[in-house]
Amino acid sequence: MKPTPILELKDVSVAYGPTKVLHAVNLHVMPGEIVTLIGSNGAGKTTLLKSLYSAPAPYSGSIFLNDFDITSIPTHEVSKRGMSLVPEGRRIFPAMSVVENLAMGLVACADKSHEQATLKKIYELFPRLYERREQRAGTLSGGEQQMLAIGRSMMAKPRLLLLDEPSLGLAPLIVKAIFTTLKQIAADGTTIFIVEQNANQALKLADRAYVLANGVITLTGSGAELLSHDEVRKAYLGAH
Amino acid sequence: MNMSRPRLSKTLVLSAFAAVVALILTGPLSGLVLEGYDFKTRFSAPLQIAAFVLIVRFIAGLLPESWLAPRQKNEAAPRATRFKTWQLVLGGLLVYIALASLVLIASKYWLSVGILALIYILLGLGLNIVVGFAGLLDLGFVGFYAVGAYGYALGHQYLGLGFWAAIPLAAMLAGLFGMILGFPVLRMHGDYLAIVTLGFGEIIRLVLNNWIAFTGGPNGIDAPAPTFFGWEFKANATQGGVPFHEVWGLDYSSGMLDGFIFLVLLTVVALVIYAVTRLRGMPIGRAWEALREDEIACRSLGLNHVFTKLSAFAMGASIGGLAGVFFAASQGFVSPVSFSFFESALVLAIVVLGGLGSVTGVILAALFLTLMPEALREFSDYRILIFGFAMVLIMIWRPRGMIQQRRPFFTRAKG
Repeated sequence: MKPTPILELKDVSVAYGPTKVLHAVNLHVMPGEIVTLIGSNGAGKTTLLKSLYSAPAPYSGSIFLNDFDITSIPTHEVSKRGMSLVPEGRRIFPAMSVVENLAMGLVACADKSHEQATLKKIYELFPRLYERREQRAGTLSGGEQQMLAIGRSMMAKPRLLLLDEPSLGLAPLIVKAIFTTLKQIAADGTTIFIVEQNANQALKLADRAYVLANGVITLTGSGAELLSHDEVRKAYLGAH
Repeated sequence: MNMSRPRLSKTLVLSAFAAVVALILTGPLSGLVLEGYDFKTRFSAPLQIAAFVLIVRFIAGLLPESWLAPRQKNEAAPRATRFKTWQLVLGGLLVYIALASLVLIASKYWLSVGILALIYILLGLGLNIVVGFAGLLDLGFVGFYAVGAYGYALGHQYLGLGFWAAIPLAAMLAGLFGMILGFPVLRMHGDYLAIVTLGFGEIIRLVLNNWIAFTGGPNGIDAPAPTFFGWEFKANATQGGVPFHEVWGLDYSSGMLDGFIFLVLLTVVALVIYAVTRLRGMPIGRAWEALREDEIACRSLGLNHVFTKLSAFAMGASIGGLAGVFFAASQGFVSPVSFSFFESALVLAIVVLGGLGSVTGVILAALFLTLMPEALREFSDYRILIFGFAMVLIMIWRPRGMIQQRRPFFTRAKG
């Protein structure tokens, strides 16, 4: 028997009003995998993530999370089904302290009993957050804010972690460190789906990858395959 | 005075410039005097104003620069010492008893002033939830105040509701109106939200003003005086009623009603202060704060933004409605004139002057803005001017209000 995917998109088409952005996208993520979606500006990467949260919901096609149809359930209900999003541009709460930011990650959990244990685990992954736990989040550096955004999403103990451009605006060294931590998170049993423009880093990390161009999936394969694929190298990795 | 020559001449030039600007601005207003269908020019008034501006600007220029610059707060300063819970409870209780005992000594006049101050504290606390905690700029808050006041007056006229029944019912009614306002503005922020709420407040006032058959229109409507276990605060009881002073064997005084309203209102204010302080630390308070900071992040984390926003509107509005009931009860009469946009602006001024999100600040600002005009009765023509000055000064020196509600940037982590 084929194992069921943790996330599955079937012929998903999304539009903002009359503007069609995604055209019949098929994509799946298996439990335990690290999957990445790469593509250039305006390809529809962020839109794809937003459609998972029905903001906006697809106008045709369906989305399944653990075999449960989440195509058009309300945005705030989606997070209660074992999926967490690290939004593009981090979007932490700058005036709140680091601990308070992390606590906000628990909003979706009916059962908050795991709070202390999860908090401890997040501090182990990101010791910097522990050092700065009483500090206002707005005073953290960009990399620390990204760590905080990831930590906040981890508080709900998601089975599937979605990341929207975690490398955005970060120094290469910090990106490397964050991707290493993501690998560790995946090794601990969380499935990861990364949407990235930084194709090089993302493909090195990923088990499998999709390429999105103009709202259509044009290529798919293992991370290593795509890294050496001529078209990908030309279009996204800057090779000539 | 030890002052460098360049700065002195610069101050002179700036003062002259200010005087010219004042001349241009006030010249047409004060220099032209209408006479029938004609007008004549009068040069002395604008020149006096310009001279006044020149002198004030010059004096301001002579002040040390550090006086005028915004004060730099030392962000690294350690957090103020925290009081223990029992100390707070005891302190609160003592303040409550002290204020309540004012009833025994204060005159009727000062009691009514006290009632007004407490009403504005309530209004400020209510708007503080919407604007301070949830960050939703509401310019139509007076609408909920009107709903509370009219809820009491009309409830008595049509349904025979008494004061005690009106308190919870009017609060709930105002809360409902808050949610009605909340729904259409769920997607709005900032300026757009302010405009819609401004319109909402005006709609309520205009309906009250024009629905003459139901509300009495501009003539207003009587609001009954409250009773205490059916005992009336009157010299002679109306049909079948029992006057309070006869039951207790006291001499009648006309200040008894005000004293009674003051005591009930003081209790309600104390309870609201307690509730609002608790709300801050509760998950809903944290959710309001997070929603103010970043709505998209909140929604992606699974926060129901519809419920969160509506609860802020409803909670704030019902406190405004409570204030309305007490306003109607203490005045004995309500009319649409009391619920103009100026009231909304005044309450917003209380919240902003006090410090967005700060309960203590709101209380101080409400006391300041209601007691000051009473203390300066002789200067009542200038009170709006003084408000304006106070606003400008506060915004220059303490842009976040008198009591700044903010966390320290850095604190040494314990352990």
